[in-house]
Amino acid sequence: MEYVNPLTGFRLDGRRPNEMRQIRGEIGVVAKADGSALFEMGNTKVIAAVYGPREVQNKGQQMDGQALVRCEYSMANFSTGDRARKSKGDRRSTEISLVIRQTMEASILTHLMPRSQIDIFLQVLQADGGTRSACINAATLALADAGIPMRDLVTSCSAGYLCSTPLLDLNYVEDSAGGPDVTVGTLVKMDKVTLLQMDAKLPIEMFTDVLQLAIEGCKAIANYIQEVLLENTKKLECMRGS
Amino acid sequence: MLQSKSFVKKTKQGRVVKVVREHYLRDDIYCGSVICKVCDTSSARLSSAASAILIIDTNVVLHQIDLLENPAINNVVVLSVVLEEVRNKNMAVYNRIKALCTNAMKNFFVFSNEHHRDTYVKEMVGESPNDRNDRAIRVAAHWYQSHLGGSTQILLITNDRENKKKAIEEGLSAETVESYVRSLEQPNLLDLVVIPTSLDVVKEEFDDPRPSKRKVIYHEHKPMSEITSGLLHRIYHQGKLRVNRYNPFEGYVGSESIGDEIVIYGRVNMNRAFDGDIVAVELLPQDQWTEKSLIVVDDDEDEEDDVHLVPSSVDDAPSNANVAKAFAGSAPTVSSRPIGRVIGIIKRNWSSYCGSLEPMPLPASNGGVAHALFISKDRRIPKIRIQTRQIGNLVDKRIIVAVDSWDCSSKYPFGHYVRTIGKIGDRETESEVVLIENDINSRPFSTQVLACLPPLPWSLSSDDLANPHREDLRHLRVFSVDPPGCKDIDDALHCTPFANGNFEVGVHIADVTNFVHPGTPLDEEAAQRGTSVYLVEKRIDMLPKPLTEDICSLRSDVERLAFSVIWEMTPNAEIISTRYTKSIIKSCAALSYVEAQARMDDSRMIDPLTTDLRNLNTLAKIMRQRRIERGALTLASAEVKFQIDTETHDPLDIGMYQIREANQMIEEFMLAGNVSVAEKILRHFPLCSLLRRHPIPTKEMLEPLLCTAAAVGLDLDISSSKTLADSLDHAVGDDPYFNKLIRILATRCMTQAVYFSSGDLTPAEFHHYGLAAPLYTHFTSPIRRYADVIVHRLLAAALEIAKLPPIFLDGPRLTEIADNLNYRHRNAQMASRASVELHTLIYFRNRPMDTEARIVKMKANGFIVFVPKFGIEGPVYLTSKGDKGTDWTVDEAHQRVTNTSTNVSYCALQTVKIHLEVVEPQPHRPKLELTLINM
Repeated sequence: MEYVNPLTGFRLDGRRPNEMRQIRGEIGVVAKADGSALFEMGNTKVIAAVYGPREVQNKGQQMDGQALVRCEYSMANFSTGDRARKSKGDRRSTEISLVIRQTMEASILTHLMPRSQIDIFLQVLQADGGTRSACINAATLALADAGIPMRDLVTSCSAGYLCSTPLLDLNYVEDSAGGPDVTVGTLVKMDKVTLLQMDAKLPIEMFTDVLQLAIEGCKAIANYIQEVLLENTKKLECMRGS
Repeated sequence: MLQSKSFVKKTKQGRVVKVVREHYLRDDIYCGSVICKVCDTSSARLSSAASAILIIDTNVVLHQIDLLENPAINNVVVLSVVLEEVRNKNMAVYNRIKALCTNAMKNFFVFSNEHHRDTYVKEMVGESPNDRNDRAIRVAAHWYQSHLGGSTQILLITNDRENKKKAIEEGLSAETVESYVRSLEQPNLLDLVVIPTSLDVVKEEFDDPRPSKRKVIYHEHKPMSEITSGLLHRIYHQGKLRVNRYNPFEGYVGSESIGDEIVIYGRVNMNRAFDGDIVAVELLPQDQWTEKSLIVVDDDEDEEDDVHLVPSSVDDAPSNANVAKAFAGSAPTVSSRPIGRVIGIIKRNWSSYCGSLEPMPLPASNGGVAHALFISKDRRIPKIRIQTRQIGNLVDKRIIVAVDSWDCSSKYPFGHYVRTIGKIGDRETESEVVLIENDINSRPFSTQVLACLPPLPWSLSSDDLANPHREDLRHLRVFSVDPPGCKDIDDALHCTPFANGNFEVGVHIADVTNFVHPGTPLDEEAAQRGTSVYLVEKRIDMLPKPLTEDICSLRSDVERLAFSVIWEMTPNAEIISTRYTKSIIKSCAALSYVEAQARMDDSRMIDPLTTDLRNLNTLAKIMRQRRIERGALTLASAEVKFQIDTETHDPLDIGMYQIREANQMIEEFMLAGNVSVAEKILRHFPLCSLLRRHPIPTKEMLEPLLCTAAAVGLDLDISSSKTLADSLDHAVGDDPYFNKLIRILATRCMTQAVYFSSGDLTPAEFHHYGLAAPLYTHFTSPIRRYADVIVHRLLAAALEIAKLPPIFLDGPRLTEIADNLNYRHRNAQMASRASVELHTLIYFRNRPMDTEARIVKMKANGFIVFVPKFGIEGPVYLTSKGDKGTDWTVDEAHQRVTNTSTNVSYCALQTVKIHLEVVEPQPHRPKLELTLINM
């Protein structure tokens, strides 16, 4: 299968290899939550809702030096159309929950909120590849919306390697091609990688290219997220009427 | 610059699913014309010189690809919608159009109309995908017209009447292929135009050559929907049609659904299917399962067996399982094998074929359109009807013809002329035909490939010496033994005695992978070619000449890089230790087999080199003996050797290739090297090693051998390779050639060994039957076989000298490579055989002679004889053709044919005297004829 047309250089959906899908972020989509956001990468659409910092529900888990971060990832049953997947509690969701929790925890200043708990709920509404990345981006927006102190914005993007070409931001078709899928999460200002996952084998020379491409993608997303936050802050300013 | 537009598409993958995909439309796609002022012209391919820019419709690409490949057609825009449609319909054509679009000599430009903001069209309600695509093509043509602002003419080329009409209504200029080619005023081009038989084109342009004969000859093919449901309900069976190479009226369809081969007799039952087509077959009622077995096919056509080389394996031999079973002459018997007829063709395997026109009286008006019948050299292909305007030129030429269609009212398919190769019977022309027929790439290497070569003249560099992985073995007395005149020396040996009586034996193989790096154009070209091809008069190299004959070749007295396998062996040829290393060697002598043999035989020579040779020979004999005890088969082949005139390249003499002890000695160490390497790479890479296996022959395959053996009172035990080897050893007849003859018969019952990836099979299947080795691979000839290059890379990775190229991690890709190697290897062998056959024919052209022959198989009206002296095999007729009431009766059990009136009889393996002569029953069709000389 030609995932990159050898004659025109375009991918199946008309992108060039180093182009991302269209992204869109929106803050404040769940009224009841302390912070919430919607994030879209092409046809992948996720909602993040953040509760906390609040009292620890299970006292046994309470920590004196830092806040407890919990994360729950689930996919809506309608998110995949015919591609039926089990939601909640299966191995895949548990793994992604854990990965996202660890990634976000690395950025949240947990020591400022001892003996408290922060819950991040992630719901995939539409899945078209790259749900992991979209969830992390949504969670960042929601955490910022909730006013939780963070070291830096965490953004994530994936990249793959198909038809001897590094490809940015794989969609479902490209993802299921069986090639490597490198998901990267970065702290952009600090220029640090907090998440790096890959499920296939890839020679090291190509891996560096793919990783670099994914990091570039993260930077682009960070720029966009900053814009969204700025926009939101301006809106809040207007609402306060100053 | 990104515009998102989602669209909904329904696809069928067993069930109906809805697929939603994003579709980005862009404004940064350029028109590709150098005269454009708006677009970026850096990647432009459309020149300003041509009068018009052509936009071609899908049907033009699908049917007229031969025309498009002609240099006269240029400045073409290929729309992505067209490419996509072509890819879905015909992968072979897609690859050809892709090659055209990347060819620097042709100005073909791919325009991504589907992703361009202005040319994307959405399917309208009630519009079929076909109509939508036609509209997309017209919209793109409009865009070009307005974009280039009338500075160049935009011409839409389509054979779709509807599309053309609409285009003209919309103000575009549109033409059919034929009218466009006519406007170019090059009459020879018109031969390349496929005459469309569909109703798409205005009927007046197509006049049926023989309107009076318009009657239905073949059954209409069943519609696809009916075939699919029929297959599902097991009424029909699906499989690939294989036509008998020796009898084009008999075909086999290997069907999985009934687990047996379905036999198909006759063109009517084959119903327009070609060899290699995937067909749907319906079984005939059981009472019609009759078989016939004659050399001459009783049809109105003149088809008969030719004299050919002795098959070297079962793959080359005619399928004759049924011959052995039902052998009752012309009386049909009820067969146990299912017989069927083709009711539909699922996938066509049409391509272009080599051959010549059937001799016919020239039409009076030279230059007008003439209809001719084309006869393919490949006898499995039916005659093809073509139209040509240059008939006078073509009658005595070998030409290539492509098939276009086969109507059920036409006896033969329609095709069109593609190109001329040369004069029939010309040695060069016929050699090229051999290459084309076997799909062998004999073009010179491209500049990109040659750019990968190291700078010449190459010599050992200090880097190579300093390389810690490369051992300096220049002090060893290394030498090579090869056929005389061999320029591509892959292998060399050394043998050093130790003080304790053991020997250090080294096999040094040219280090090709030091120069051929994975992923380079050179590597890709070599992978594509797969193997060097050896014809009688020339060699077609896998690697460019500097590598083949100089840099890699382990010539004497020069320092060369090698990959070495070094054993320590006891005098009993037990391997004590094995090590592998990259090395530097300096061969001290490049011997020929004859020289090596002479040295060993000459007891007066006691120089160190000759002593080494003798030591190696002693070891080799022990190894060989041990191998034979294990059950390795010593099979014989009837290889012939030509002496070629250096000036004219015509054969001067012909004789059997003589095998000496020296050949066997080298062979033995190469086998040992291959086995050692196979073990090593499999240990390190159990899932991605390239190995070679030889499947155990089934009882059916050995049937003809057993049948013949039984007729002469020989009992062969085929329960294992060991028992077969033993019984072959005991098969001694009254004359010295008897044993070899039996071995030759055994060889042709075996299948060929094949390459495979170790990840695809279970270890039990890795077995090599012929060599009686559990593991085997090819390591020793990397200059002429690509499989060895792969194995070299695996071994280097196993030694941690080099990294494993990523391709090895891709299982399906590796399988693909192995399949290609098998295909190329087989084709190379077929080409070599065809080349020998061609030269045999040239040789006998002026030298009719009488010689001895052995009968190998009985037929109803004659027998097949084998001529040991020349390694050829062919039919001898006892009765003249057409004469069906014969006096000869065939006794199948005893393989004996007897004349009832004169009581003369012939039996299998009997020696007969025959006369060999080249005859020309039809002009330009020389063939070798064997006739019996009555004793």
